[in-house]
Formats: sequence, C-alpha cells, structure tokens
Amino acid sequence: MKRILVCVKRVIDFNVRVRVKPDGSGVVTDGVKLSLNPFDEIALEEALRIRERGGAQEVVAVTIGAADCQQQLRTALAMGADRGIHVVHDGGVEPIVAARVFLKLIEKEQPFLVILGKQAIDDDNNQTGQMLAALWQRPQATFASKIELTDTTARVTREVDAGLETLEVDLPAVVTTDLRLNEPRYVKLPDIMKAKKKPLDSLSPADLGVSAGARVKLVKTVPPAQRQKGVMVKDARELVAALRQRGVL
Amino acid sequence: MTARVLVIAEHDGVKLNASTAKCVRCALGIADAEVTIAVLAADGAAVAAQAAQIADVARVLRADRPENAHALAAVLAPQIAQLAGPYTHVFGPSTTFGKDLMPRVAALIDAPQLSDIMAAESATRFRRPTYAGNAIVTVEVDAGTKVVATVRTASFEAAPAGGSASVETATVDVTLPTHTRFVGVSAASSDRPDLQSASRVVSGGRALGSAENFSIIFGLADRLGAAVGASRAAVDAGFAASDLQVGQTGKIIAPELYVAIGISGAIQHLTGIKDARTIVAINKDAEAPIFEVADVGLVGDLFTIVPELEKLLTA
Ligand SMILES: Cc1cc2nc3c(=O)[nH]c(=O)nc-3n(C[C@H](O)[C@H](O)[C@H](O)COP(=O)(O)OP(=O)(O)OC[C@H]3O[C@@H](n4cnc5c(N)ncnc54)[C@H](O)[C@@H]3O)c2cc1C
Ligand SMILES: Nc1ncnc2c1ncn2[C@@H]1O[C@H](COP(=O)(O)O)[C@@H](O)[C@H]1O
Repeated sequence: MKRILVCVKRVIDFNVRVRVKPDGSGVVTDGVKLSLNPFDEIALEEALRIRERGGAQEVVAVTIGAADCQQQLRTALAMGADRGIHVVHDGGVEPIVAARVFLKLIEKEQPFLVILGKQAIDDDNNQTGQMLAALWQRPQATFASKIELTDTTARVTREVDAGLETLEVDLPAVVTTDLRLNEPRYVKLPDIMKAKKKPLDSLSPADLGVSAGARVKLVKTVPPAQRQKGVMVKDARELVAALRQRGVL
Repeated sequence: MTARVLVIAEHDGVKLNASTAKCVRCALGIADAEVTIAVLAADGAAVAAQAAQIADVARVLRADRPENAHALAAVLAPQIAQLAGPYTHVFGPSTTFGKDLMPRVAALIDAPQLSDIMAAESATRFRRPTYAGNAIVTVEVDAGTKVVATVRTASFEAAPAGGSASVETATVDVTLPTHTRFVGVSAASSDRPDLQSASRVVSGGRALGSAENFSIIFGLADRLGAAVGASRAAVDAGFAASDLQVGQTGKIIAPELYVAIGISGAIQHLTGIKDARTIVAINKDAEAPIFEVADVGLVGDLFTIVPELEKLLTA
C-alpha cells in the first residue's frame, strides 16, 4: 500500500500570548489553548491532497505526547487522515528521540513519503525531520513550498535565504513544510463525528525500543528583554527629524 | 579543558557568507575556545582564504569534493560527521543553510543539537529563544557531551578580520549519497542590499494591498539604501517574494534601522526584529501592537505618508 506518514505535534496555539512562569520553571500552560502545530497542519493537508489525487492510498498521522494529545490526533483524523498512531509519553522529547521513534514506525509502516513541519512553534527547534532523514539514510527536502511526485522521485521547491531552490530526491524521502506549501482545510463537524470511529493505536516509546532519556537539561526560563517605550510623531516631517536626531539618517 | 569548536563555513563557492564570522564570534565566547573553520566546496581555495582572515581562528580545514558544488545537507553531513571526530562543538549559522544541515550532522554523530543559540555562557551552558522569542531558556549538557548548535546570527557581531590562520587540506573518504540532486535556484532580488546583513530595512505588510502597491516600499528603500522585508501576510498574498519574510519562521534580522509599514506587529513578526537598533512603525491603527516596540511611531495612512517621506528624503 502506498502510504504517507505525517508527524503532528500538539503545541500552544499560535495566537496565545505565551507567558513565563514567575519561578522560571517554564511557560504558563494552565488554561491555555492547545492546537496542532501550524506547520503540521500544512504537512497533513499536503498528504491528503496527494492521496486525493491518487498519489497515495493511506495517510497515517503520528504524534508523540501525553495521553490528552489524543484530542489533536483526533483533529488530524477529522481533517482526513486514515488512521492515527499515538506514542504516549509524558513531558517533552528531544528531536533526536522523536526521530528515533519515527524511524521505528517507518520500519513498520514502510511509507514512501514522510512529511513533517519544518518547526514546532513551541521549542522552535527545526531539527526532527532532518534528524529522521539522517537516521533513515534517506533524502531530505526541508522548508518545502511545492512538491511534485513521480513514482520514484519527488521534485521539491524549497524556501531558502537566497530565494527558491529546487531539489530532486529519490523516494522514499523526508519532506518538511514551509508556510506557502498550501492552506489547510477546516474541519467540519460531521468529520469530527466520523473521526471517532477511525483506528487509533497507542503505544509507548519503550514498546518501540526507544529510550526517551534527555541530554539537554533546562536550567531556567526567563521573559525576553523589553524594549524601551518610544516616541510618537505627528507627520512625515517630524519622523525624519526624529531619525536625524537619533543619528540613524 | 579547551573547547575545540568546528565552525561550518557558509558560502556560495566564491564568497564566504558573513554568518560564518558571527559563528566564530559566538564560539570565541567560550573560555579557552580553539576555533577551526571547515570549508566544504568543489574548489574551496577562495573561500578558505577568506575564512583564514577571520581573527583568532586557529586553522581552516579545506575539504574539496566535486559533489560539494551545491550545499546539499545529505552530501555535506557525512563529511562533517567524519571531520567532527576531534571536536567538542560543531557550530553552523541559523540560516536556511545551517538549519537544513546541522541537525543531519547531529543525528549522524549522535549529539544533541541546540538551535538558534544567543549566547554560549560556557562550553556546556547556552541560551536560546523558544515560543517565538517569548521565552528565553538557559540549557545545559553534561561536561564531555559533544554539542551541535546553530548560532542566531542576529545576536552576534561578525568577528573582525586581521587573522592569518593556516589552511589545511582535509581528506574525507566517505561514500556520498546520490539520492539528492540539485536542480536549480531562482534568486528574486540580488541587485538589492541583502536583507540579512543590511544596516537599514524597510518592510511592508498586508496593508499594501497588491504587488503593484508594494513597489512604494521598494521606492522608499531605494531612497534609504535599505533592503526590503515583508510580513508573512504580504508574502502569502504574493506582494513580495518568500525570501523577504521577516520573523519567527522567516529571517531574524538586526539592522540599525527597521521601518515597518502597514504591519500590525504580530509576535511572530516582532521576534524577527527585536534586535534592531531603531524601529519605526507607520500604521493607521494607533492600537496596533507594533507601536509597543517602536522607537518612533507615526499613526496615519501609509499611502500618504510614504510618498511624503520619499519627497523629504530626496530634498
Ligand atoms: C506558524 C506561523 C508562523 C508565522 N511566521 C511569521 C513570520 O515569520 N513573519 C511574519 O511577519 N508573520 C508570521 N506569521 C503571521 C503572523 O501571525 C501575522 O499574521 C502576520 O505577521 C500579519 O502580517 P501583517 O502585519 O502584514 O498583516 P495584518 O496583521 O493584517 O496587519 C496589517 C496592518 O496594516 C494596517 N493598515 C491597514 N491599512 C493601512 C494603511 N492604509 N496605512 C497604514 N496602515 C494600514 C492595519 O492597521 C494593520 O495593523 C506566522 C504565523 C504562524 C501561524
Ligand atoms: N512530539 C512530536 N510528535 C509529533 N511530531 C513531532 C513531535 N516533535 C516533532 N515533531 C515533528 O517534527 C517537526 C519539527 O519539530 P522540531 O524539530 O521540534 O521543531 C514538527 O513540525 C512535527 O512534524
């Protein structure tokens, strides 16, 4: 079966103004809205479009996270993934651990394409897809804004600092998404009902033989430095004068 | 113990990218650091010579292979993994080049990676932003753990020139994959100042309304000798090219002057500019969050203000 694996992570919603806990132990999560990582929604949308075009037969959504991440996995099923795999683990996993878990699932599922977000907007790591491709010894095409598939290759346009780069990679391969790849669909209510009946497997990292031990220890979390309050000017002339005074013009 | 830091040079085959000297500066912040720069290229002579001129660099390793003509992570990573053997740290810039490459290196040598480091407080302790810059974390690894990191270039000045490191030829005998092939690159705006290194940047947002209208941003930028940036909304709408996006998932910049025009100031945008020396905001909504970070703010219609500014700057 031609299968695409999509990795989706639950994160604090991008609209939430994240606050640091006063004791420096992390950020406030109580009562805060949680959502699918926006880049992962884009990843899932792309997989669904490929399946809808006949380029794949099955889309499997995978998440690693605490028991209540099941809710976001159900959202992925409601968007249209065929089944879900929930690797249950409390607390965060480092990208290399996530990559090891995904590699084990790849060995079981044999996908021809694995799509991840380019970055999870909580830790802003931008690592997992690249690490997975390295461990799997397969090509990576990161920051994708366009994917064209043939039976054996993918031609991927990537958003890089210099502009748009195009790579051709042999399949199977890992692709990570950038913002312009597509616009994800909205989930409709009937789909949420249907999603409840879709298969969802739960297992642990240990079931896959992966140790979730961390090597990077968090010492403390602080808020960013604040900028000084500025001045307001009335018109263009005053603006130019203010900039001259500051010595930037 | 001396920290032995390997810095991976970013270049286009001819010219060393300024991000490399910024990585060097970050690495030299570690006490007793000894810094080596690795140049992987098809013919690295010119780039290695430039790298050797960065002050306080111990040596430059030059690894030439024809496969290195384009910076493909899958091709470069196994070579770097082999070179990394004697080093305690491997640093690359947090540009799309480094973001693509360094995690692949980290996985091959089984080292943890720290992304976007803003400071190396010691050989084992680093600071980095999370949550679009809303939370700055200090993280630590055990002594003796090899560390791979990408360096947030906006946090560091370039290390000065004036060095004369020796250039050594490194032979890397690993089999390289052929599963990844470079097809091409389309660079949008090469005749303008580079967004990442420009001292002045003028950015436009959704308010510009069309690609045609966005040309007034280019016009003002020309008057100021500035690079052009854009918000995500402006890029998504097709007003500006994707390589102009400034922010959490675009470019993080630190110019002397940043002018935000018709940009609301979403947190994902602000994180890309908070190291700018002077931020100017022009927005018709006095409540726009951009004014919370602006050093100089002007409430009004950009379509009248920008032409006025252009006239004043020409006079
Ligand atoms: C995962 C993720 C990543 C993101 N990454 C980035 C990123 O890297 N960079 C980024 O910029 N955004 C990013 N965003 C998007 C961000 O959240 C905002 O949606 C975006 O920055 C808004 O762009 P804008 O300010 O141009 O548009 P808007 O928020 O729509 O603001 C337009 C502004 O123009 C003003 N205006 C309208 N007409 C005029 C006029 N005639 N004269 C003057 N002012 C006028 C309005 O008052 C308003 O403040 C990201 C979002 C997500 C979810
Ligand atoms: N815990 C997780 N569960 C599912 N997917 C993940 C997880 N962590 C990372 N990913 C995937 O890897 C991408 C990059 O994450 P990161 O490297 O943490 O920025 C994300 O966009 C997801 O697609």
